[in-house]
Amino acid sequence: MTEPPLISFRGVARHYGEGGGLIRALAGVDLTISRGEFIAIMGPSGSGKSTAMNIIGCLDRSTAGVYRFNGVDVTGLTRDQRALLRRNYLGFVFQGYNLLARTTAIENVELPLIYRGMGRRERRERAVHALHRVGLAGREHHTPAELSGGQQQRVAIARAIVTDPLVLLADEPTGNLDTSRSREIMQLLTQLNLEQGITVVMVTHEADMAAFAARTIRFVDGRIDADTRREAA
Amino acid sequence: MLWEAVKLAFQSIRRNAMRSVLTLLGIVIGVAAVIAMVTIGSGTSQKVQDNLAKLGSNMLILRPGQSTFGPGGATEARAFDERTVSALRSNLTGVRALAPTAQKNAKVVFGALNYDTTVTGTDSSYFAAQDWSFREGRPFSDSEIRSGGSVCVIGSTIVSELFGTLDPLGSRLRVGSFACDVIGVLDSKGQSAFGTDQDNTVLMPLRTFHRRIAGNTRIGSISISVAERNDIPRVQAETEAVLREVRRVGNGEEDDFTVRDMTQIANTMAMTSTLLTGLLGAVAAVSLLVGGIGIMNIMLVSVTERTREIGIRLAIGALERQVLSQFLVESIVLALFGGIIGIMIGLALAGAASILMDVPFAADIRVIALAFVVSAAIGVVFGYFPARRAARLDPIEALRHE
Repeated sequence: MTEPPLISFRGVARHYGEGGGLIRALAGVDLTISRGEFIAIMGPSGSGKSTAMNIIGCLDRSTAGVYRFNGVDVTGLTRDQRALLRRNYLGFVFQGYNLLARTTAIENVELPLIYRGMGRRERRERAVHALHRVGLAGREHHTPAELSGGQQQRVAIARAIVTDPLVLLADEPTGNLDTSRSREIMQLLTQLNLEQGITVVMVTHEADMAAFAARTIRFVDGRIDADTRREAA
Repeated sequence: MLWEAVKLAFQSIRRNAMRSVLTLLGIVIGVAAVIAMVTIGSGTSQKVQDNLAKLGSNMLILRPGQSTFGPGGATEARAFDERTVSALRSNLTGVRALAPTAQKNAKVVFGALNYDTTVTGTDSSYFAAQDWSFREGRPFSDSEIRSGGSVCVIGSTIVSELFGTLDPLGSRLRVGSFACDVIGVLDSKGQSAFGTDQDNTVLMPLRTFHRRIAGNTRIGSISISVAERNDIPRVQAETEAVLREVRRVGNGEEDDFTVRDMTQIANTMAMTSTLLTGLLGAVAAVSLLVGGIGIMNIMLVSVTERTREIGIRLAIGALERQVLSQFLVESIVLALFGGIIGIMIGLALAGAASILMDVPFAADIRVIALAFVVSAAIGVVFGYFPARRAARLDPIEALRHE
């Protein structure tokens, strides 16, 4: 028996508004992502790449079509059920880092574990470990204001992986960083993908960054325009 | 999880210290006002009751004439006399003490000092009837009462005004144009419920008073102390019957005297005072409501300000009720904090007032507990709407919020 694909879109569409003002952000997309892939989603703004990302991340729901996550149809899940799914299987990294201000790095990383109801000691241990993995050992008690952009994004990545998610969803993770910081972040994501086997789905508009991914999916006008795999060197 | 929410609430309150303090102020003022009002109020009503108790226990006061509280005052009527007193003495049962009294205002003089006071002619049972105890000396002897001896018993105000540190016992006090030997000094009773100084008094045997001060034999009033509280209505009815008989009030005619039950008056006054306390407390409670609305206002601002934070929490898997409880706990903590500070300030105010107004400090643990519970309830009620708003935010929208 073959394992079901991790992420499977069948005719997934997302419409906003209605009547004459109807906007088809996603116009029926078929997409399959397997475990362990590193995928870059590209496309001009308004192409539907962010919408696709939000639906994959269970932050948004499709208007039509079927989305199966790990073989389970998640289309009809309630708000709280989707929250539980995010909590247990997904990690998010955003362009603007989205760390809690005036909250130390370790407290930020612990946050998802708090919602899991994990005990204080175990939480602390895992958070320290996650920060260590992203190369921030020794910065546990710095607040975002005391960290550089690259370091803040590392904290965000630590927060995303502290729960050992199946998928890491990164929305323009290097959008606010200079080239060398961006490369460091991409190397970190690649490393997590290769060493931990975490599936990485990343939205970016920079070809340089997309080049780190093994597979690039290009969106145009709410449809998949191109789906290319980099040949193993 | 709850502990985390409480910790989070404290963090958030600390990070917005100024705003939190201003929010607290509404609750603080409300709770302080209620606590102060109720505490001072029950102190006052306790004082009223204490004062009335000092008038004498289970007292019936008999006066000639029908007193009315409206305009016109007491109607003129024949005074009581010796015959009335002896008729009552021989007919009533269950009476602890019965004392006829006649009063007149007079100037008392000792040495170079003088003082205006009320002179009362009565007999020894008066002290029992009115629950007076002696600081020193003794009451009138039977022979002094019978023969109208030149002796008097004085209240503590007279001592302090005229004698100072001198021992008044054995001194000769001039009352009007007549002089008497001071044979006793009464313990202090303080102010009466009606605001008069009960210690500003000079007492002498009734016969002495009639001969030397009044120049007539009228008895202005009779005090009866009933032995058993439950017996008061019966004794009152019997007294009325005896008086109608003695004063020859015909059937169908109105009484030309009044028998007043002081216990009843005491209860009425205490009730009035309690009612007033409740009223003031209610007015103060309105300010609590205003404080609650202040909390809601600030919590709404806080939710708007922290939209992005809420988005982050929702994105990483916070459930609706977890976000709800976070904000709810925050508003409860705020309100409780305000409540506790308010209780302390209210008690301090009541304490200061009890010293200034000379009323007992009647802090009631039930009122304090209630204020505490009400504070928490305000946090729940006024925090719920903003908290629900936070919990229902769309994570995508919230994350985009600047």
